[in-house]
Amino acid sequence: MAQSPGESPGESSGQLIHARGLTKRFGSFTAVDAIDFDVAAGEAFGFLGPNGAGKTSTMRMIGCVSPKTEGTLRVLDMDPATQGPRIRARIGVVPQEDWLDQEMTVRDNLVIYGRYFDLSWPEAGRRADELLEFVQLSDRAGSRVEPLSGGMKRRLSVARSLINEPSLLLLDEPTTGLDPQARHLVWDRLYRLKQRGTTLVLTTHYMDEAEQLCDRLVIMDKARIVAEGSPRQLIEQHSSREVLELRFPPGEQESLDGRLDKLLDGRAERIERLPDRILVYASDGEAVSAALHGEGIQPDSSLVRRSSLEDVFLRLTGRSLIE
Amino acid sequence: MTAPAVHVFEERLLGYRRTYRATLFTSFASPALFLVAMGIGLGGFVNQGAGIEGVPYVAFLAPGLLAGAAMQTAAFESTFPILASIRWIKTYHAMLASPIGVTDVVIGQFAWIALRLLIVTTIFVATAALLGAVHGPTILLGIPAAVLTGMAFATPIAAFSASLQNVEGFNVLFRFVINPLFLFSGAFFPVAQLPEILRVVAYATPIYHGVQLTRGLVLQTIAPADAVLHVAVLAAFVVAGTVAAFVAFRRRLVV
Repeated sequence: MAQSPGESPGESSGQLIHARGLTKRFGSFTAVDAIDFDVAAGEAFGFLGPNGAGKTSTMRMIGCVSPKTEGTLRVLDMDPATQGPRIRARIGVVPQEDWLDQEMTVRDNLVIYGRYFDLSWPEAGRRADELLEFVQLSDRAGSRVEPLSGGMKRRLSVARSLINEPSLLLLDEPTTGLDPQARHLVWDRLYRLKQRGTTLVLTTHYMDEAEQLCDRLVIMDKARIVAEGSPRQLIEQHSSREVLELRFPPGEQESLDGRLDKLLDGRAERIERLPDRILVYASDGEAVSAALHGEGIQPDSSLVRRSSLEDVFLRLTGRSLIE
Repeated sequence: MTAPAVHVFEERLLGYRRTYRATLFTSFASPALFLVAMGIGLGGFVNQGAGIEGVPYVAFLAPGLLAGAAMQTAAFESTFPILASIRWIKTYHAMLASPIGVTDVVIGQFAWIALRLLIVTTIFVATAALLGAVHGPTILLGIPAAVLTGMAFATPIAAFSASLQNVEGFNVLFRFVINPLFLFSGAFFPVAQLPEILRVVAYATPIYHGVQLTRGLVLQTIAPADAVLHVAVLAAFVVAGTVAAFVAFRRRLVV
């Protein structure tokens, strides 16, 4: 969107979002605990974390619908506390649960949303038709929202968030609950937006989504940021290059424990014991596998794979289920 | 209205396109049934004693019912649609992601309820005229009076709705507030018939002032000072209700 430089000096300095010590408390519960991050123009930035980590609360503060408790927050170089409507005029929001009017038609949902941004009726209609094309819903323009599939509704939510041609798009778990085909279609549209220069900020608990879409991400756990970087950097910093997954017949894993530690000492960076398998983090998984084989250790199966963001995520946020 | 509030109003209007047929029919049928059953059926007995306050019973009843219908429409419009926009359809959340603010949402919503009241009371008057239940053209003065009465209910009830988690509160509201108020408001018989304790309660409710104002204007029996008093009481409810709604909506939607 064309903006005069004087109106948005934040963009000229490259930072669309700037947060320092950003904190959100609900009563005695701290949802977001003094986090620092910056998002540059044109970037795809992700908040990755388990449920309850504080991702949505952070997004709501950025979206100027939830006031911060403490800290500094600038969005588009404006202050959400005093310039909320001006900021919201230039951002798009795809909420976690679709805020669509199920009884209204697909097209009316877009047109009325355009009116919220003070577009004229004809302009809102023109953009609605364009966006329906963009998200491949033109043939459903006149139908009600209610019978649409989850993937179609999510695409409609994405289309709606773009009605004001936002410079910043906030997506809260954009593909949660969608089937693989629907997810890929949403990703494809988001990727196109990114190529057009739209800044994307998204939350997710899907590693593949973070790897697909994010240039840079932070991992949040228990209201704090525990790691930051590109997906590749995070893997390099927090995991080995490869992972060897070993499965043993029931009962055998425990009896091997002492021997394995000795054998893997010096060959592996880290060993993790799960109930059903052993994960060996190493720079060369095949070499470790061969060495174990040479010592007569015969697992049911052994698999070497590249380290993924999931390994990083589980290492940093733990494997226990927090509910 | 602020520009963003106009868009809130537009959204309500757009949504109304799919339900208006049913509501227009109800707006016609409900007063028609009451006027025929009570006004003409029951009125036959009342009129044997030379009518009531100098007019046939149905002419006494019609303006009272008009104010009562405005109250009921207001109660409905400020309960389910408000909670739906907060909790189920989440229309307000969608609005608040745009430049629209909480104040705009409240103003736009109230403007919409005022239009609904105008539609319902106009249909009421037309129906009453069709059934020969009106005293004269002054029935038209009942419309603004009834709309004001409705808003005196809509604004505080909307504030109440914005604080609810589920619809159970609405059952209590309709059963123990709106329905008794409708029956004892003075729409069906003069409040003077009530025992003193109930009369005092009636004076404190907006519906009593709404019925007195509407009927007084329609039958041209009201003293100017009384009219001003009733308008002032109703306006006070609107102002207090609007302030309460600003607070309740903000508390609910901005967290």
